[in-house]
Amino acid sequence: MHRYSEFDRDFVATRNAQYRDQVARRVAGELTEDEFKPLRLMNGVYLQLHAYMLRVAIPYGTLSSAQMRQLAHIADRWDKGYGHFTTRQNIQYNWPRLVDTPDILDALAKVEMHAIQTSGNTIRNVTADHFAGAAIDEVVDPRPYAELIRQWSTDHPEFQFLPRKFKIAVTGSAVDRAVVQAHDIGLQMLESRGELAVKVWVGGGLGRTPILGQVLQEALPIADLLPYLEAILAVYNLWGRRDNKYKARIKILVNAMGIDVFRREVQAAFETIAQDFSGEDQAVLEQLRQAFDFSAATDVDEAAYHQALAANSLFRQWVDQNVLPHRLSGYSIVTISLKKPGQTPGDASSDQMRGLADLAERYSHDELRVSHEQNLVLPHVALGHLPAIFDALTALDLQTANVGLISDLIACPGMDYCALATARSIPIAQQIAERFSQLGLEETVGAMKLKISGCINACGHHHVGHIGILGLDKGGVESYQITLGGDGSENASLGEKIGPGFSADDIVPAIERIVAHYLDLRSAETETFIQTLRRVGLASFRDAAYVDPATEVIHAS
Amino acid sequence: MARIKAPVVVTANRLGSGEVVYLSRDGRWQASMDAGQVFTELAEAEAALARHDNELEVVGAYLINVEVHGARVEGQHYREQFRSLGPSNYWHGKQTEANDAPV
Repeated sequence: MHRYSEFDRDFVATRNAQYRDQVARRVAGELTEDEFKPLRLMNGVYLQLHAYMLRVAIPYGTLSSAQMRQLAHIADRWDKGYGHFTTRQNIQYNWPRLVDTPDILDALAKVEMHAIQTSGNTIRNVTADHFAGAAIDEVVDPRPYAELIRQWSTDHPEFQFLPRKFKIAVTGSAVDRAVVQAHDIGLQMLESRGELAVKVWVGGGLGRTPILGQVLQEALPIADLLPYLEAILAVYNLWGRRDNKYKARIKILVNAMGIDVFRREVQAAFETIAQDFSGEDQAVLEQLRQAFDFSAATDVDEAAYHQALAANSLFRQWVDQNVLPHRLSGYSIVTISLKKPGQTPGDASSDQMRGLADLAERYSHDELRVSHEQNLVLPHVALGHLPAIFDALTALDLQTANVGLISDLIACPGMDYCALATARSIPIAQQIAERFSQLGLEETVGAMKLKISGCINACGHHHVGHIGILGLDKGGVESYQITLGGDGSENASLGEKIGPGFSADDIVPAIERIVAHYLDLRSAETETFIQTLRRVGLASFRDAAYVDPATEVIHAS
Repeated sequence: MARIKAPVVVTANRLGSGEVVYLSRDGRWQASMDAGQVFTELAEAEAALARHDNELEVVGAYLINVEVHGARVEGQHYREQFRSLGPSNYWHGKQTEANDAPV
């Protein structure tokens, strides 16, 4: 893993000291809220419905065991004993006191973490495939490139006051687990004519105006990556709208200019900017490749694994659902579901975090990952260690075998916490997961991406859910709008609204009717929900959703 | 958000803790909405907001529509009902506290 340099440590320490002074001056009345607010936001501190919220960056979703233990310590010492892992691979604390936030930031700095650029109109935490460095389908580990971008973009003076926030995601595989087409810039590392190159999408984003990214470059040489990104940002900084925050994202600019004109502008900027890059970035990149390299062979005996598979049906079910093959022989990738039906998606208690840190240290080469789907990952686990891990997860109540199923759903904090929300999302998520779990239908339904947002800003990625739910305020009542047919994978598509919203009481039965309709229509058990929907079309699903609830129920299998 | 019309209460968050508070009849910021002064004249509420919204103790003061049920004061919009109680997924926030009204 990447470690801080002395420069990084000094930089974070200086920023933390500045922030401590800013908080002291605010509390003493020397700064007004208008003066202070941008300063706290630069350090990830929001004021939400019930309390402040601190958003901590987890670059490309990678954590060491020491970092996870410190996150648990922070949860106990300054919050309510848990943390919320988000769709941007970050962690949020929902209850810190403002006056404690300087101490929290110092505690984070001890494990080389911070909350810088987790808010504001700047380049946010760079996200990546959560299986990076482990995925069997990967061309190259995307994290050295994500880290290079993080170093370049952190405190970059030109990009601290962009027209609007800016999100970059990187994948090293053609199988897109990072939703790159829904980002301001999406990057896919690939091989082109025997050389490593990068495909560049620009202008994707969800929110108020959902748009998939357009291809700006099919195969950009790696050496051009940073100057090219800088050129994109320079064009955006110059031409992006600042008169209307709803028109300020780069997607609006790209659509207004047209992709060809935008590409020409970027190319012109690139030719100037590239001259300032002396090759130092490539030297850093080479160091980063070595820092992230994982190629240790394993000689762990696999007998325990095979015995457990034969003897323990719960273990077998968990392996089938939550464990994937690794690119290295003898290893596997373990996804730990934070979606036990009835619990809050993405939440982990401090005890669970500490338990997972222990597992990572002992069994996963000291690494954990946070997925944008709000789960955690042990990326490098020897097959022979899987039974011990399953037992430990069971003791932590983290053995839920539902990864990729309907109860493995994404939900933003919604109006239970968020000041921007227009409706709650967590209770709907809980009810849907519990309902399908009770029906025993999760495995029958199979692969399903259900995503819930509590407002139009779409932190819950509802536009790219096979089933998306958007919570709105309709005349002072929570109302839930369904979209169908979204897809965040390499076959990306945006969901389509099916009609008027449902009440909080009616939304779960409506989802049930849609799923029942799929089970009726699918051509074979192997045809997934999204495949059936694409084959059959939206209309009949719409009809199914709006039939009289009294006439249709799913029967438990 | 719904248009503001009387009866209303002034609400804010405490600067240091972020806790939701309400302006009470004695001009102090209290944790319970029941302790909040209910203004039946919007102009009076706006004047109170103007007097108090720059106080160092709080941040982000604004007016909310309320309904009065005897000694109980309840936010008219569900957002304010949630703010006055806490989240629905955990027994956290104001719902766990003894009512610190009346004043």
